[in-house]
Amino acid sequence: MLEQLIDLMNRLNVNMLNWLPEAASTYAQAIDEVFYIIYIITGLAFLLVTVLMFWFLLQFKARPGRRARYSHGNVALELIWTIVPTLVFLGIFFYSQSTWSIIKYPSEFPESDVQVRVVAKQFAWEFHYPGPDGEFDTDDDKMFDGDLYVPVNKVVGLMLRGSDVIHSFFVPEFRLKQDILPRRDIPAWFNATKTGRFEAPCAELCGPGHSGMKGWVNVYDDAEYQAWVAEQWPPAPVEEAPVDTGAGKTDQEDMPQGDVPLQDDVDQMDPGDSGQADIVE
Amino acid sequence: MSESSVATHAGHHREGFVKHYFFSLDHKMIGRQFLFTGLFMLVIGGLLAMMVRWQLGYPEEPLPFMGGFSEDFWDGESWWAQTAPFGIVTSEFYNTLFTMHATIMIFFVVMPIMVGGFGNFLIPICIGAKDMAFPVLNMLSYWTFVPGVLLMLLSFFVPGGAAGGGWTNYAPLAAVPDYAGVEGHWGVTLWCISLFIIGFSSLMGSINYITTIINMRAPGMTLFRMPLTVWSLFIVAILLLLALPVLTSALAMMVFDRMFGTHFFIPDGGGEPLLWQHLFWFFGHPEVYILVLPAMGVTSDVLAVFARKPIFGYRAMVYSMCAIALLSWVVWGHHMFQSGMDPVLGTAFTLTTMLIAVPSAIKTFNWLGTLWGSSIRFTTPMWFALGFVSLFTIGGLSGIFMASTPVDIFIHDTYYIVAHIHYVVAGIIFGIFAGLYFWFPKMFGRMMSETLGKLHFLFTFVFFNLTFFPMHFLGVGGHMRRIYNPTQYEFLQPWQEMNTFITMMALCLGASQIFFVINFIGSLFWGRRAEDNPWEANTLEWDAPSPPPHGNFLEDPVVYRGAYEYSSPEVEEDWLPQSVYLETAVAGPEGHD
Repeated sequence: MLEQLIDLMNRLNVNMLNWLPEAASTYAQAIDEVFYIIYIITGLAFLLVTVLMFWFLLQFKARPGRRARYSHGNVALELIWTIVPTLVFLGIFFYSQSTWSIIKYPSEFPESDVQVRVVAKQFAWEFHYPGPDGEFDTDDDKMFDGDLYVPVNKVVGLMLRGSDVIHSFFVPEFRLKQDILPRRDIPAWFNATKTGRFEAPCAELCGPGHSGMKGWVNVYDDAEYQAWVAEQWPPAPVEEAPVDTGAGKTDQEDMPQGDVPLQDDVDQMDPGDSGQADIVE
Repeated sequence: MSESSVATHAGHHREGFVKHYFFSLDHKMIGRQFLFTGLFMLVIGGLLAMMVRWQLGYPEEPLPFMGGFSEDFWDGESWWAQTAPFGIVTSEFYNTLFTMHATIMIFFVVMPIMVGGFGNFLIPICIGAKDMAFPVLNMLSYWTFVPGVLLMLLSFFVPGGAAGGGWTNYAPLAAVPDYAGVEGHWGVTLWCISLFIIGFSSLMGSINYITTIINMRAPGMTLFRMPLTVWSLFIVAILLLLALPVLTSALAMMVFDRMFGTHFFIPDGGGEPLLWQHLFWFFGHPEVYILVLPAMGVTSDVLAVFARKPIFGYRAMVYSMCAIALLSWVVWGHHMFQSGMDPVLGTAFTLTTMLIAVPSAIKTFNWLGTLWGSSIRFTTPMWFALGFVSLFTIGGLSGIFMASTPVDIFIHDTYYIVAHIHYVVAGIIFGIFAGLYFWFPKMFGRMMSETLGKLHFLFTFVFFNLTFFPMHFLGVGGHMRRIYNPTQYEFLQPWQEMNTFITMMALCLGASQIFFVINFIGSLFWGRRAEDNPWEANTLEWDAPSPPPHGNFLEDPVVYRGAYEYSSPEVEEDWLPQSVYLETAVAGPEGHD
């Protein structure tokens, strides 16, 4: 049904949503669907109002000898245009809610296959990997400046951490956007469905260097990702800090640690009990 | 206020130039003062927008007309050479430009013109009062506003420039001077102090409006016989009274954070950045309705007058404005869906936001109902009122997208939002123009040119849509708002042509206002003398002479009916003023509406 409508809009050349960046995550599709439904409903409402208005303007131009209808309203009509919009808006609410909760409720997050900590600072992203031991803030952690590497079709759990002002992590193709607050960890997730290199700009004004603050999400297929992991964390036993391969620097060098009040246990990334979103009292 | 002293003011009354034009106690002069200040700031706010658009359309190219400056000038120490070296907008200056554009348009254009200008001029005269309840407080309200304006303008010239954190000035970017990355920290501080001051001005005005409307209505003017413009200003005054103290306290906290070492909004000292957002938007969302409700009221009145038909569903119009006012207190979180606020709260705020869309829909349909079976006179004010209805329809419908939480994930902080706010808030300018063209004869005693007025409408309407509608496309393409140079992003490079197109259309939109400037100034001095009731309208202001003398009415009006008795079968003409007593009529002063 929706496909046919989209097809019809394409043929009439009124499909504004053609401009959307390609959908490259599991929930991008779901968000686009809500987008389309609202686009169709509001489009019809706009058409209705415009047609009526043009009709009335042409039909009811003042002419000598004709008098306007003396009417103060019509209760039945007014009830209709109160009740119908109410039902439509409630419908949109319930329809939106199911998609929203899947994407943003920490209790409904899927189990993640890869964990990454994103640190935002004026004016760059840092991506921290826990390394083979799966724990952050250990010696085998690695940090990549501006580049995130993830496998395709796997759930990637992000822990977003700010250090100075508010930033917002935005990946247009994934339909992922989440503000990042200083001194708070906010969880997010995505599951990329396409390989490639996607731009990840900051979407919240963060100062004079806000424009141009961006990174890249590199989505690899399974083999590529395994190869990348093997390259970054060579299987040989490592005693000291991992070798710098040129792709990034080690974590300890510029990651302030002592003053971060939140726990850095990787368990923290699990759904449900995360430290996100304390409501301001 | 002494009734007798005002009564003697009627007729030929002379007072000194300064007393008459500057320190007047007359609500009409104070209204005109707010109007002129607002129009002056409209020019400034518009020029700032032009510079924003220039940078987006032609990134990092010198502004037009910069060739006239010599090399020596750019080497010099002047403010302009430092702010925009070689005429190129820097990223710091760019942030200042859009921040101040929004701040000025909202607080120094729409609020002073709609609430200060129309509110002062219309409230007493439309309810049949001789003046405001507290004329001195009224004068004080304007003269409290002026230093706010001066401080805001002055802030451009302090070291580091004016505020550059967006008109929302989120903490900690705005709360910690060092994060702004500019020398000097007075910009945001002055921004806070200026808004703090004009908050007091608005408070004085709103207390005055509420008191006047409750206590000083003419005999027979029941609440449900008031014109919808007065109703909208009444509701706005109540919203202002309740919303502004929240902003004022948040601004004070911000200044304390910046200057005295507190940490209300700074996490390093245990503060909470989201607290600023909650306080700001708890004020900010009612503020949106403070801006738009008067435009709705003006539109309703203008539509009814030129449709020659009673407003459709008068009581529904009043009740829907009340519903909007009540619900506006519980929707602020929809600005914060992606802010890190608990996503469960996002769900709650979506529900309330969907509900507040209902009264707006009712109003739109009632406007259409008013046009049904009408007898339309296509005057300039009517065109602008119709323009407001169509722009508000688009702005209202585009709001549903961001009310839906999942769609908001994508379009939040993109040009989709910019398109939406301009259809709503810049659309209010159409309401302002409708009101100005409509009440100009009453305010200044002269008619404006209809030809220039219609040209002004045509060009403004066309270029408005060509400017702001394509921004929806940019938003759908993921184009972030508040970025200095879109060509820095690979995925936005294909959009650059559209950005250039929007810039050209915006420049044309700005240029179209020439028609208004010529018409306004020309008519002020050389316009045809206006009759008392040139539009054949019903409401009380048209009983008074044009322009009305101090004290407004030559004889005290008595009200016998509602404001919208157009094409009534009781009389031969197609209008029936509120103050006309009909022998045959059943309705007495206390009869049916």
